[in-house]
Amino acid sequence: MTSPAPIAEQRETRPDPAGAPALSIDGISHSYGPRRALTDVSFNVPPASFTALLGLNGAGKSTLFSLITRLFGIQSGRVSIFGHDVSRAPGEALRLLGVVFQPRTLDLDLSLTQNLLYHAALHGIGRREAASRSAELLGRIGLADRAASKVRDLSGGQMRRLEIARALLHRPRLLLLDEPTVGLDVKARADIIGHVRQLVTEQGIGVLWATHLFDEILPGDDLVVLHQGKVLAQGPMARVVAEAGAQDVNTAFMRLTGAQTMPGGGA
Amino acid sequence: MSSITTREAPRGFSFSEYMTCLAGIVWREGLRFLHQRERFVSALVRPLVWLFIFAAGFRQVLGISIIPPYETYILYEVYIAPGLMAMIQLFNGMQSSLSMVYDREMGNMRTLLVSPLPRGFLLFCKLLAGTAVSLLQVYAFLLIAWFWDITPPPSGYLTVLPALILSGLMLGSLGMLISSGIKQLENFAGVMNFVIFPMFFASSALYPLWRVQEGSPYLYYLCEANPFTHAVELIRFALYGQINWVSLAVVAVCTTVFMIGAILAYDPSRGLARRGPAGGEG
Repeated sequence: MTSPAPIAEQRETRPDPAGAPALSIDGISHSYGPRRALTDVSFNVPPASFTALLGLNGAGKSTLFSLITRLFGIQSGRVSIFGHDVSRAPGEALRLLGVVFQPRTLDLDLSLTQNLLYHAALHGIGRREAASRSAELLGRIGLADRAASKVRDLSGGQMRRLEIARALLHRPRLLLLDEPTVGLDVKARADIIGHVRQLVTEQGIGVLWATHLFDEILPGDDLVVLHQGKVLAQGPMARVVAEAGAQDVNTAFMRLTGAQTMPGGGA
Repeated sequence: MSSITTREAPRGFSFSEYMTCLAGIVWREGLRFLHQRERFVSALVRPLVWLFIFAAGFRQVLGISIIPPYETYILYEVYIAPGLMAMIQLFNGMQSSLSMVYDREMGNMRTLLVSPLPRGFLLFCKLLAGTAVSLLQVYAFLLIAWFWDITPPPSGYLTVLPALILSGLMLGSLGMLISSGIKQLENFAGVMNFVIFPMFFASSALYPLWRVQEGSPYLYYLCEANPFTHAVELIRFALYGQINWVSLAVVAVCTTVFMIGAILAYDPSRGLARRGPAGGEG
């Protein structure tokens, strides 16, 4: 009789990181002047899940990413990471977050290790710890022998892998990737998707993967369909497809959006 | 899983985390600067052109009487050296701040701004890193100037350091404030015409203010009100081991005001939104 009370009390007084979703988007709207980019967007990314954010170019995916990473101020709604509000407790929220932006954000003239050490410093990780984590991550992405090379000399796929390694350096529990496979060849794409899915299953990281490529989504994934700034459907992929009365994601997406052709759509 | 769910999120940041972050930002800026040789060369050529050509030609036109901090008659080259040091910092401050606000460095600003440390602190580190780069430029200039008979007392090279740090911060944060405030600023030329040139010419960098006063009292007041004049005088006195208290106070107050203003006005969405819905949205 007495035991439930303290737990309930605890739940009320502070957000419980263990029970909160990895990412919670709640009623987010955003405008650039008169142009509406996002309208009342809400969805969750559970821990240890792969959530695909599917939308065409211009759907508002990058705007949403900028709001989650507090690059833009939130105009209305709420974003929280493991229960930490991005506006009110940005330090705690961003600490748990790793991001791979769509445009490359590496220093091309610096070496792989230097890029990683810089990122570690931004998270307050001391030099020795940073060096050992960097070496470990470079080994994991198969670029250990390139540690001292300039980033400029890497291929597109290698740069992306380095960016993912960098995003993992401070051991985040939520990883955001904004169209990370754009411009990569088939093998590099497969490598990166495989690596990220491994992070979900092996390390329990919650992943939000923005894409417009249907073949990157598997039946077991959670799916959020974003179109013209609005969420049209969300839930497990199989359910979203079934509810749209379709056989595959491609058809489901077309039915949901009423689109005729798929510019840039994969497979 | 269990290690993840049971780990309590740490609160706040320790002093050593702040210092690690600061050191990392300055270190990266220094590395980048060393890789950009053209930037280094052009930053040096500009003041050297003034020193070698302008000052040499002007030396006969303008006599300098004995004014503090100088104790003897000095060559015109010696007079304008502190002004050129401040000019290096002025250009560097404007350039690095502009690239911070506009697209060019936006990718790097994204990396910086997703750091969990407070944004104001990150911008302060960035300004300090820009100042550190300007110090490299200024000391390289002083080295070359030494062969041109600009030989302040050896201790002056050390005593000028704090003055340079303060003036570098002031000019960097002014640059950041300006670039946040002006919407349609397409290129560096606009800043040159409307900020750098007026600040540089309406100051004590090229001519002592008593000379200006003889010619035009109004210009004199303008020069006196120009923060750049005080940056120049702070550097000039510090180079000879002295403190110009008025200039120190003006520069300190301006640095504080500009920096707070710049941090409050900083809006990364401006640089990003400029890419427009076609390019930036995904």
